[in-house]
Amino acid sequence: MTTTLRDPTERATRETTFREALREAHREAMRRDERVFLMGEDVARYGGCFAVSLGLAEEFGEERVRDTPLSESGFTGAGIGAALGGLRPIVEIMTVNFSLLALDQILDNAATLRHMSGGQLSVPLVIRMTTGAGRQLAAQHSHSLEAYYAHIPGLTVISPATLEDARGMLWPALEDPDPVVLFEHGSLYNLAGELPVDPDPVDITSAAVRRSGTDVTLIGYGGTVPRALDAADLLARRGIDAEVVDLRVLRPLDDATILESVARTHRAVVVDEGWRSVGIAAEVSARIAEGALYELDAPVERVCGVEVPLPYPKHLEDAAVPQVDDVVAAARRAVGDDA
Amino acid sequence: MPSLGADMTEGTLLEWLVKPGDPVHRGDIVAVVDTTKSAVEVECFDDGVVESLVVEPGTKVPVGTVLATLEGPDGAPAEPAEDTGPAAAAAPTAAASPPPPPSHPHHLHHGGGPGRISPLARRLADELGVDLATVHGTGLHGVIRAEDVRAAAEAHPAAEAQPASPPAVGHDAQARALDMRHSIAALMTRSNTEIPHYHLTLTVDLHRTLEWIRERNVGLTMSERLVPAAALMRATALAATEVPELNGHWVDDAFRPSEHVDLGLILSLRTGGLLVPRIGAAEGLGAVAMMARVRDLTRRARGGRLRGSDLEPPSLTVSNLGDQGVESVAGVIYPPQVALVGFGAVSERPWAVDGMLGVRPLVTVTLAADHRATDGAIGSRFLKALDRALQDPASTMEQTEQQQKEQ
Repeated sequence: MTTTLRDPTERATRETTFREALREAHREAMRRDERVFLMGEDVARYGGCFAVSLGLAEEFGEERVRDTPLSESGFTGAGIGAALGGLRPIVEIMTVNFSLLALDQILDNAATLRHMSGGQLSVPLVIRMTTGAGRQLAAQHSHSLEAYYAHIPGLTVISPATLEDARGMLWPALEDPDPVVLFEHGSLYNLAGELPVDPDPVDITSAAVRRSGTDVTLIGYGGTVPRALDAADLLARRGIDAEVVDLRVLRPLDDATILESVARTHRAVVVDEGWRSVGIAAEVSARIAEGALYELDAPVERVCGVEVPLPYPKHLEDAAVPQVDDVVAAARRAVGDDA
Repeated sequence: MPSLGADMTEGTLLEWLVKPGDPVHRGDIVAVVDTTKSAVEVECFDDGVVESLVVEPGTKVPVGTVLATLEGPDGAPAEPAEDTGPAAAAAPTAAASPPPPPSHPHHLHHGGGPGRISPLARRLADELGVDLATVHGTGLHGVIRAEDVRAAAEAHPAAEAQPASPPAVGHDAQARALDMRHSIAALMTRSNTEIPHYHLTLTVDLHRTLEWIRERNVGLTMSERLVPAAALMRATALAATEVPELNGHWVDDAFRPSEHVDLGLILSLRTGGLLVPRIGAAEGLGAVAMMARVRDLTRRARGGRLRGSDLEPPSLTVSNLGDQGVESVAGVIYPPQVALVGFGAVSERPWAVDGMLGVRPLVTVTLAADHRATDGAIGSRFLKALDRALQDPASTMEQTEQQQKEQ
């Protein structure tokens, strides 16, 4: 008897995008579990503000792909109710800025009911929202407020940055008995590449090393991961071997992967489009200081969003969020490359 | 070559921290010199520009040898420079890594700069037995990083046990310990041969002082907190002011009182041997300031970074072996001083209080004094003054306003 090991490079793949991978994830979830449905502003007839759900209403009907009024608090609350009632809702909120209208529902109900009911109630809800800058949508549509949600006990907060995660994270999020907030960085929707036709499952518990290196760890999530990878390419030309860690899960943070990487490279650059003060990068830096201080050969560097409302003009918007060159400069400071 | 201790006759120049053309100021640390006891930073005592370095690193020269010459600040040639006593301490300079312009944003941002050491580098130095004082930092703004420590470890695989000794000397730890033993032997033999010692002992009730310390420590940070030794040294300085006959030197068959109470502090090194750095003008220091000086001196002595001014001759020395648990210390005087005050452990013992037996924290103070300079009556006055200071801590332990002004 012979065993044939399938060479992963020969695995059947197809060309896809981050947006299509998300759509495929919805399609798979709705096929696998009839309790799953999607609701939000313009998700059905318009196909979603960012076209993630394009075609799903036609395929699954308007019972399971539902347009809602422009009332974030109302439809998020309805999603919580549906989850309490046994369904597996996916609530899409157009941008994280608008999600603040639903913050009371998310914090005071979704994240809290298990605690307040003594464990009797669970809210298996997935809330998806777009985040981030880069598309000249100005201050009310461009902020990165992931930290607001990563602050809240009772939530799991995830942030796909790759096609695999766009395709794979929705299902484990739906399987989670507690609410999960899934952030989609607006600059990633058109990210294109190959994805296996039958992709491997992914977890929503761990960070991932996207590139191995020995000199410095670049830590990013969502929209900053591609920038960190580009920075690593540029650093390699200077002889600096950068490792890239994709946080993937913003709450709870995977300390082990972060600390293990920093313990090998002894230098860390945290890249975060959110504002510098009291943000994800601040939290990651603090954990490095708590858990790996004696491994550090240089101060932790943070490359963060400038603390202003996101500007509209292209050149000002670019100046306000971390760019590849900023990451390169920070990594060079960390390794002491001042040539 | 400055004299960095009463018993020093020669020294080895280890390292120049300046080069010709560098401007220097009074108090700048310009070189590191190896005495038989430790590596000592030599302070410049004049302003000017370094004209030439006369002595090469690694050379052993007698005290008084010209090490370098300075030009005056206006460019006029000045007389030979580093051949007399050192001056007050100032910020160190590192010739190899010039400090960045102060406006550099990353300097402020990162707090980098000469003398900065990364946590990893510090840990590695500990693991590899590398003396960080000998490591040249190649990070931004001269920060010492892990690779600098590794390079130093490779360059000098047999790291010395004595942290103070830069590898350039070629001394090994054993030879250094032997050298130190020899100088202690010579000095102590001289003391016991020349000085007719008398010893007086007094047991002092410390309960008021300890109570005062407990109250005073409220509101002090961990690194400022007082331990009893600070109060004992404060009381010693006050007693020496009150009884100046014990504070000074016996030179040419006569006692020369000292203007200030320069308290010598006997520190035993982990590697064996002793150092006796001093706290100058200790009479002006309250217990809190005294504590800070003791901490600073201990840290630098153990780290091998004493300065020339730390090693100028004290006028009176204190030996505190209380933490070793001994009851009393009848010491041997450091010539040419005329007294040494020894403190045993502070311990709770039975004590008669108002006709009853009580339990009190007690310390036994032993004065060793030179009978050529004083008689027992003066020694007794000294011990009584010391006792009085410890019985009224509220009015004796704080710096007076006048003392603050004088500082």
